[in-house]
Amino acid sequence: MLDATQTQDNLLEVNNIEVIYNHVILVLKGVSLSVPKGRITALLGGNGAGKTTTLKAISNLLASERGEVTKGSILYRGERVADLNPAALVKKGVIQVMEGRHCFEHLTVEENLLTGAYTRSDSAAVKRDLEMVYEYFPRLRERRRSQAGYTSGGEQQMVAMGRALMSRPETILLDEPSMGLAPQLVEQIFEIVKAVNEGEGVTFLLAEQNTNVALRFAHYGYILENGRVVMDGDAAELRENPDVKEFYLGMSDEGRKSFRDVRSYRRRKRWLA
Amino acid sequence: MDQLFYASEVFINGLMTGVMYSLVALGFVLIFKASGVFNYAQGVMALFAALTLVGIMEGQVPFSHLINATFGTHLSNFSWTVGPVVAILLTAGVMVLLAIVIEKLVLQHLVGQEPIILFMATIGLAYFLEGLGDVMWGADIKTLDVGLPQGISDTIEQATANWFGYGFFIDRLDIWATIIAALLVAALVAFSQYTKQGRAMRAVADDHQAALSVGISLQFIWIMVWSIAGFVALVAGIMWGTKSGVQFSLSLIALKALPVLMLGGFTSIPGAIVGGLIIGVGEKLFEFFVGPMVGGATENWFAYVLALIFLVFRPQGLFGERIIERV
Repeated sequence: MLDATQTQDNLLEVNNIEVIYNHVILVLKGVSLSVPKGRITALLGGNGAGKTTTLKAISNLLASERGEVTKGSILYRGERVADLNPAALVKKGVIQVMEGRHCFEHLTVEENLLTGAYTRSDSAAVKRDLEMVYEYFPRLRERRRSQAGYTSGGEQQMVAMGRALMSRPETILLDEPSMGLAPQLVEQIFEIVKAVNEGEGVTFLLAEQNTNVALRFAHYGYILENGRVVMDGDAAELRENPDVKEFYLGMSDEGRKSFRDVRSYRRRKRWLA
Repeated sequence: MDQLFYASEVFINGLMTGVMYSLVALGFVLIFKASGVFNYAQGVMALFAALTLVGIMEGQVPFSHLINATFGTHLSNFSWTVGPVVAILLTAGVMVLLAIVIEKLVLQHLVGQEPIILFMATIGLAYFLEGLGDVMWGADIKTLDVGLPQGISDTIEQATANWFGYGFFIDRLDIWATIIAALLVAALVAFSQYTKQGRAMRAVADDHQAALSVGISLQFIWIMVWSIAGFVALVAGIMWGTKSGVQFSLSLIALKALPVLMLGGFTSIPGAIVGGLIIGVGEKLFEFFVGPMVGGATENWFAYVLALIFLVFRPQGLFGERIIERV
């Protein structure tokens, strides 16, 4: 799956993890992936494929939802992180931006950003980083005094991302940044992801349903179905893969086809057999 | 004319009583905001704090009855007494300790559970604390005197008598209670608005999951909030304890805080203050004007009926958090 040279600068490695919710519901059935430093890695798949669960398993936000990793291991910089609480992980440089933004509604935009720096005590540097976030998200500077709950969906996504940036992370786990946003805004959000990745050297693991956009901005992709990784490869490769084209990008060699004809049959044949 | 002066005196006294209600309601609001837990034990916490304060000041041996009964000894008091300031600090320490114990033994195990389950846990906590207070410090009625001035203020009576020809009767304790409550509220507001931990506290109140995701430790915030609520309970306990003695009925003031909360909103610090004042003034004025017509004792029910009316017409209370809904 991965060549040996790449393994060395992998920041994050997930080895064959299984996640069970409420002691009974098996959601991940052995997911393995690696995230190389300084890259954007995309986690693709439909609803219920296990993308969010994978991210939450890494950031250890599962516990508060009564989920647990029952098998496998998660290594960050070669170190097991399964027992660390989210706060310790944030200090290590891993922060998650949750699906659906999750801004602190009654706090102002700027207060939201400042909570992102909760684990830091170097106030001068925090102030500098606030400026840095405003550079990446000029819109937030205009709205710094508004209550986050009253900002638009796109602005809230920016708040959530900016808040994560304020922790000076090495890795951001970005869950479904395109959710509920207009195509133009989605594009803009991904442009910023790319800019942060290149400008600050932040590594991204992003879960996304919008395969088209994700594969254009990511370096590498994993496709998840039903709690398993069914395919992975360089983003450019995946974009050209006929199955990905057909199932996730809605194209095929013979032009557009009706989903009714192809979807269930070929998918089952190829991946679940 | 005299009737008018008398009414305004009733009004002022109502304000002062209202401040006391507000103090208790404040403790509820703090915990409810930060953890979504309706802390049934808030009143008992005030009782426990007052009992502990008296016990420390008088140098009582904690658990003396239990020890005496078990070992046949005759302990009751240490040979020392403690000054009010030191005793208040020590009691505040005990309340912090209590917050830590509650977090470790109760809350931590109920993370992610339904609010009703947390509520029931606090009911259990209330009975436990009540018993603990009894066993630790004895069940007898105690007087509490931390040196706050008490009795009718002569200065005010004289001054108003000179100005209006009518002397206002105002208890000096009430005046002090008002000043202290105002300071406490100002401090709390400043803390939650302008400090990092205060911001984190509000963040936790808004969204537990998101707070976790940015590295805020819920445990720490909860201990902090319960400690602050414990401290507010201590202040309320001192005021009420000084006024009417430290005894079981002190824990019942929590029942008066309920209508205050329904009026002011469960999530608003200013709401707790204004709600308390409205109830305090309302019940005194109602008793003054309407009481004689219906045979008196309206103070017992006025607050609850008012709360009921509010529940029907404005369930989130006067200052309850507007639910932000984007369309």
